[in-house]
Amino acid sequence: MSLEYKGRTLETDKDGFLQDMSEWSPEIAEHMAALDDLALGEDHWEVINYIREYYEDYRIAPAVRILIKVMGRRLGRDKGGSRYLYRLFPHGPAKQACRYAGLPKPTGCV
Amino acid sequence: MGDGKKILFINRRGPYGTIYAQEALEVALVGAVFDQKISLAFIDDGVFLLRPGQSTVGLQMKQFTAAYRALGDFEIHRVYVERESLQVRGMKEENLMEIVTGPDGGTRNLVKVVSSVELMDVIHSQDVLLND
Repeated sequence: MSLEYKGRTLETDKDGFLQDMSEWSPEIAEHMAALDDLALGEDHWEVINYIREYYEDYRIAPAVRILIKVMGRRLGRDKGGSRYLYRLFPHGPAKQACRYAGLPKPTGCV
Repeated sequence: MGDGKKILFINRRGPYGTIYAQEALEVALVGAVFDQKISLAFIDDGVFLLRPGQSTVGLQMKQFTAAYRALGDFEIHRVYVERESLQVRGMKEENLMEIVTGPDGGTRNLVKVVSSVELMDVIHSQDVLLND
């Protein structure tokens, strides 16, 4: 599969995750979200940036339960809860946010 | 989900010559997400997996050993390194990366150096052993 963006063709896997992380840019995240009828606000970016940092540190994309836990630790309980994250990313916070973040599918996600 | 099984992954090989250790880590993390009681043991050349600061630039492989530091996030709190394997390779405990749990579970180092006899007890207490 692939994603068309500004005349470029970006290779993706069957679930729309970028094959080459280095092609990612914030504009591509906005574009992916727009295709899902979602406008990324500050709260979305907080999660996306955090996941990218986590990947930078540990070279893995956290599965949803892990994400909920580490986000809670980082942002405080009101922002780490699963309801909060599912409201931001209704297709499943780890999967959807990792895809927008240009990362591979989360580890532990089947 | 039930109680989950006690599963010990025994890592015996260095990081990048084969894919065994990387696959074992992935399976261990998935197992942890599905509530299994996961432990990791590092023996023989497996102790090299925990050397910090490894670079795969030039190997064209993903640097996967950094992910061991995330074990605490995945609720994997039992990480054993065999003392004898360290000794014959001229390594000491301080040559190993520290794996700390996050603020939730304190900040103690999860990496525990044990003798082969102590490790035998760990092995005998498991439901499942996965040996590379």
